[in-house]
Amino acid sequence: MSLRIGIDVGSTTVKVIVLDEQDRLLYRSYERHFSMVREKTCELLQRTEDLLKGQRVRAVITGSAGLGLAKSANVNFVQEVFATAEAVEKYIPDTDAVIELGGEDAKIIFFGGALEERMNGSCAGGTGAFIDQMATLVGVTADELDRLSLGYEKIYPIASRCGVFAKSDIQPILNQGARKEDVAASIFQAVVDQTVAGLAQGRDIAGKVVFLGGPLHFLQGLRNRFQESLELDDEHAVFPENGDCFAAIGAGLCAEGYEPELYEDVLERLQKSVEDRGNTQTMEALFASQEEYDAFLARHNSKKPPEVDVSTYTGKAYLGIDAGSTTTKLCLVAPDGGLLYTYYSSNRGNPVSVILEQLHEIYKICGDRITIAGSAVTGYGEDLISSAFQVDAGLVETVAHFRAASHFSPGVDFIIDIGGQDMKCFKIRNNAVDSIMLNEACSSGCGSFIETFAKALGYSIADFSKMGLMAKHPVNLGSRCTVFMNSSVKQAQKDGATVEDISAGLSISIVKNAVYKVIRAASADDLGRNIVVQGGTFLNDAVLRAFELELGRNVTRPTIAGLMGAYGAALYAMDLGLDKSGILTEEELESFTHKANPSTCHGCTNHCSLTINLFDGGRRFISGNRCSKPLGKKKIAMPDMVNYKYQKLRALNGTGVGDGSRGRIGIPFGLNMYENLPFWFALFTKLNFEVVLSPESSRGIYLKGQKTIPSDTVCYPAKLLHGHVEALVEEGVDAIWYPCMSYNNDEGIGDNHYNCPVVAYYPELLAANLPSLQRVRFLDPYVGLWRRKDCAKRLSELFLKEFGVPKKETAAAVKEAYGAYDAYVEDIHRTGDEYIQKAREEGRSIIVVAGRPYHIDPEINHGINDLITSFGFVLITEDCLSYRMGYEPRTVLNQWTFQSRMYNAARYIATQKDMQMVQLVSFGCGTDAITTDELRTILESNGKLYTQLKIDDISNLGAIKIRIRSLMAAMDARKEA
Amino acid sequence: MAQLVYDKNGRLLFTKEMAKEYTILAPQMLPDHFAMLVSILREAGYNVEMLNTSGHTILEEGQKYVHNDACVPAILVIGQLIDAIHRGGYDPHKVALFITQTGGGCRASNYLYLLRKALARAGLEYVPVISLNLSGLEKNPGFKLTVPILRKAAFAIIYGDLMMNVGWQVRPYEVNPGDTDRCLDECREYLISEMRAGRGMTFKSMVRNFDRIIEKFKAVPVSGKEKVRVGVVGEIYVKYSPLGNNNLANFLLSEGVEPVIPGLMDFIIFKVYNRDVDVDLYGGLWAKQKLCRFLERYLMKYQHAMIDALNRSGRFRGPGDFNDLHNLIQGYLGDGNKMGEGWLLTAEMLELIHSGVPNIVCTQPFGCLPNHIVGKGMIRRLKEDYPDSNIVAIDYDPGATKINQENRIKLMLANAQKRRQMAEKQAAAV
Repeated sequence: MSLRIGIDVGSTTVKVIVLDEQDRLLYRSYERHFSMVREKTCELLQRTEDLLKGQRVRAVITGSAGLGLAKSANVNFVQEVFATAEAVEKYIPDTDAVIELGGEDAKIIFFGGALEERMNGSCAGGTGAFIDQMATLVGVTADELDRLSLGYEKIYPIASRCGVFAKSDIQPILNQGARKEDVAASIFQAVVDQTVAGLAQGRDIAGKVVFLGGPLHFLQGLRNRFQESLELDDEHAVFPENGDCFAAIGAGLCAEGYEPELYEDVLERLQKSVEDRGNTQTMEALFASQEEYDAFLARHNSKKPPEVDVSTYTGKAYLGIDAGSTTTKLCLVAPDGGLLYTYYSSNRGNPVSVILEQLHEIYKICGDRITIAGSAVTGYGEDLISSAFQVDAGLVETVAHFRAASHFSPGVDFIIDIGGQDMKCFKIRNNAVDSIMLNEACSSGCGSFIETFAKALGYSIADFSKMGLMAKHPVNLGSRCTVFMNSSVKQAQKDGATVEDISAGLSISIVKNAVYKVIRAASADDLGRNIVVQGGTFLNDAVLRAFELELGRNVTRPTIAGLMGAYGAALYAMDLGLDKSGILTEEELESFTHKANPSTCHGCTNHCSLTINLFDGGRRFISGNRCSKPLGKKKIAMPDMVNYKYQKLRALNGTGVGDGSRGRIGIPFGLNMYENLPFWFALFTKLNFEVVLSPESSRGIYLKGQKTIPSDTVCYPAKLLHGHVEALVEEGVDAIWYPCMSYNNDEGIGDNHYNCPVVAYYPELLAANLPSLQRVRFLDPYVGLWRRKDCAKRLSELFLKEFGVPKKETAAAVKEAYGAYDAYVEDIHRTGDEYIQKAREEGRSIIVVAGRPYHIDPEINHGINDLITSFGFVLITEDCLSYRMGYEPRTVLNQWTFQSRMYNAARYIATQKDMQMVQLVSFGCGTDAITTDELRTILESNGKLYTQLKIDDISNLGAIKIRIRSLMAAMDARKEA
Repeated sequence: MAQLVYDKNGRLLFTKEMAKEYTILAPQMLPDHFAMLVSILREAGYNVEMLNTSGHTILEEGQKYVHNDACVPAILVIGQLIDAIHRGGYDPHKVALFITQTGGGCRASNYLYLLRKALARAGLEYVPVISLNLSGLEKNPGFKLTVPILRKAAFAIIYGDLMMNVGWQVRPYEVNPGDTDRCLDECREYLISEMRAGRGMTFKSMVRNFDRIIEKFKAVPVSGKEKVRVGVVGEIYVKYSPLGNNNLANFLLSEGVEPVIPGLMDFIIFKVYNRDVDVDLYGGLWAKQKLCRFLERYLMKYQHAMIDALNRSGRFRGPGDFNDLHNLIQGYLGDGNKMGEGWLLTAEMLELIHSGVPNIVCTQPFGCLPNHIVGKGMIRRLKEDYPDSNIVAIDYDPGATKINQENRIKLMLANAQKRRQMAEKQAAAV
């Protein structure tokens, strides 16, 4: 027998272990490799020299980044989950389940019964890298995050599917002033939810559960969250001593079957492989020479505000504050635009204290010479800062950026701003912000991404991005979400790319992301002639250069690219024409206090997480709310079709005109039921069934069904169905009725009248994945409502067979059900007319919310309708208008009923002065990849604005607010023009 | 130069004049099947070329001109076509493009439109696009899928299925690397020359050709013990296209297993059957159903002939036929589940499990709508009913890396190998 070596090369760390003949651990090491995968592996292996010198050993490599190394060094390889399972079976044989979190992978293994091993799919970020990114966001290290989490009081819901999404949930929570302790614990809870939802897929994680991998080994807070969520006592939650090295140990065990060889030979081959380079795709260098770079710098550095000496300046000054999602920026500007004072820093999770500090500083500088004559605030924290310090004015970010950009480039027609977390692009038309594009979850990849990466590789952001400037062969890393980019980097590392090449590659990726994913441009002309770029990320020369190269066009980057929001706010403050700003004076600042209390609103099913900010002098600011209810103000009831339809459908519950004697039929309230419920309700109640509608959607309903969701990339409306059906099973109904429908009603306005595949067949997915459905009759027959006579015939047969209802009775009821559906549609049309009429009488603008019928569910739209009406709009839905237009060929195949309605509604809106469309798009909706471009074309070619709001299980209302307010600003500008 | 003619809705038509002057480019999916189909179209007088290009410029062109939330087959197919126009050395004013259109409820029916949009964005709106479909969508004066062409196409598909099938049963065991591919090339060229001469397209001669192909493949020297078999199912493009699935079949081969890739004919019959069963489910024209049933029987006759030829070879395993697949799916999915690959995809997994291939790679484009249901959505149920099933679902996406995909497939393979070793040990013990 000989000693065995197990080497686990993960995405962020290398683990090397040595096992003796009795499977005892002789040696172990665990270190971060900072992307120097091969070098680090050799280094760790070399440290075992004393132990292994001259010995014959068996070595096996495992781990996601070890594949290439194993190949080029000709060392045996074993898949890491497989290796882990071997190790667990050996050392903890009575295990029921294993959860292992690595740097970028999450894995689950079920023993007992059928062995099942799963890894996270391509879309999943709840892993070590995710925790690192979140820690950066909060402004602490991962260890500090862990310590913080132990003192939590409240858990906020954070999107658990995707790391990028989680980020956009956390920012507003932080900016609202939530406690860091609570945010830390919420982050860990998101990881738990992600694991349970993404990996368990219907199988219970119970019995003896072993937790492995670095994050679970080092982070006590994460362990606690897992243990509590899975309801495991200490006996059943096992955190083994070498839990961070189990895959390596497993690899050691797997080495058993291989031929032993001399330790020195293995080491030598590994060392040689360091030189071995793979074939990752590379791209052109950013700069061919230092001269080229110098010329580039000279060109850009000429765009700067006038010089002014703050130590001698006397007179008025204007203060602009940009309370961004991750950073706080301030500018104090002289009337000629000269900069007196600037500040740029991370808001360290509490923008209020940062600004308080800065105001003190500014007053000190101002002395008696400078008077603050106006102040304005923009950004995520606008409302909070505004009420904290009594700033004169607030403005939406897009307007602030436009104000600043036109200062440097008066004819600007396109602005792109890439900040830490957001990417914003907008066109300028008729002197107003128009067609805004923001990055969505799956297209993210902004400044903080490079920063986190730099840190992971052990560099500062400044050094890291400089390294890329002169890289000879930037690697091609693709252009999707950050999780994908992580794996692309992993591949490049595997192939031996240098840190310089990776740095340049990342910059190029961010640009490609912006151009092709967010802006969706095919050529520079799609953007504009005068392009201004800004935001902290563009201060990175590599990003700026990549952008110019990608577009093949020079752009303007002001030297204050990172401060443009604040600068624009200052210019806006100047436009106010005040003599003296009302912002808190130096004396008032002395008594300034701020206290933030978390709370939950129980005003409606949204259960908004509120933060109540209390300031000195009784000033109060509540954030996190979607409507005005928790503010104690009376809700102004604007006509709101979303609300109207929702109430109308919810009322379809009970026995109706019948006596309910034939039994209780459960109907899940989701997807196409939002369209077809009036039909089914009438049919069943007419036949004396009682209809039991599943409860209103809520986070709780989602969680109830979360663990049986087999595909984590399906849309949220579909995911909700799992909970609805579970609720009906608990309710004890006699049968659940949820038919499959390939086709929907044919309204004669499309090329065909399909449902999307998910709407059409989700009942069958539920039947296959909900174990509880074995306890109840689940009826999911294929039904075609559009052929009314055929449908009556087929339903009659079905109801005779299933319920013993005489055919004639069913046929008559079907006829009445069609009548009920027609009446429902008629009522929507009529009510829509009334709302439009009312809006016109009162001179209000009309927003048409276009989506699927199920987007009226408040759990799906997160109260966006309330937000829209709170701005004084009258709100109607696409189906109030679609019937007013006939069929017209489109440049896409117009084959889905619900989607056809949106096209028609858009065509109608194009003819109406006082209407604008807002499209709701569920994340993961494949059909909307088709509809969004088409709707944009219909609207914009008719001079209308197009606004798209992407929504998922948790929504960042901040981003949505920006869009709606920008839309309002654009509408106002048009009215003036 | 051909004149550009538009129909009343402003669609650029492929005219008779163009048919004389233009080269029609076809994207790649199944190299051998498509080679024969192209040959048939060339015989019919169309100057068709099948693209065999690869490389990163295809993906880049696709991402540049297609909405990036569209599924990866759209991005690659359209990328391949535009890449060919830009880099293939063709006169852009003398090319037309083929694209298939199934007309079902999934996004794939929109590829044609996405292609047109992409062409417009690339400034190539003068390039005509020809829709290949059986639903009578979009007609062109210069191109027609006639009954004789379709009849020949059916032969090409079944020949292609047979060659793919035996190819993968031989390739993993060949003694001299490349023998199988050489044999395949010979067979394909032989069939093409036969078709060109108007032969090989009667039922009788087809059966003769089947035997001839099988004999050819039998003659390839092979060695070694039987390898673990791994099935490949999924969305049709990423299932078959090496460009779409990062060369999946060859990766499996290099991992020392025998890939089992179900043929194309089932999909064709499936699409016909969908129309047939729609009449049962929702009502409709009796005559339409009759016609569909006639077609199904016609195509199944070909399929049976192929399966019989395999089974009587004494060497190769024949797959189940369409009826077998349809029987297996009962109790899992309804007959009306037809979008994308619909119930057929799950049925193929069941068929593989039943024929001793519980190890399966289920491929899908990232975010594929039908596969939420019929792919990922059914794996749990299959695991419950067949605890030995060992299925890994792999997403394909422009941003997804090969290493992540391969790592997940390797996990499935490690389990497959382990089970085999355990089975061998048990057998030895007995």
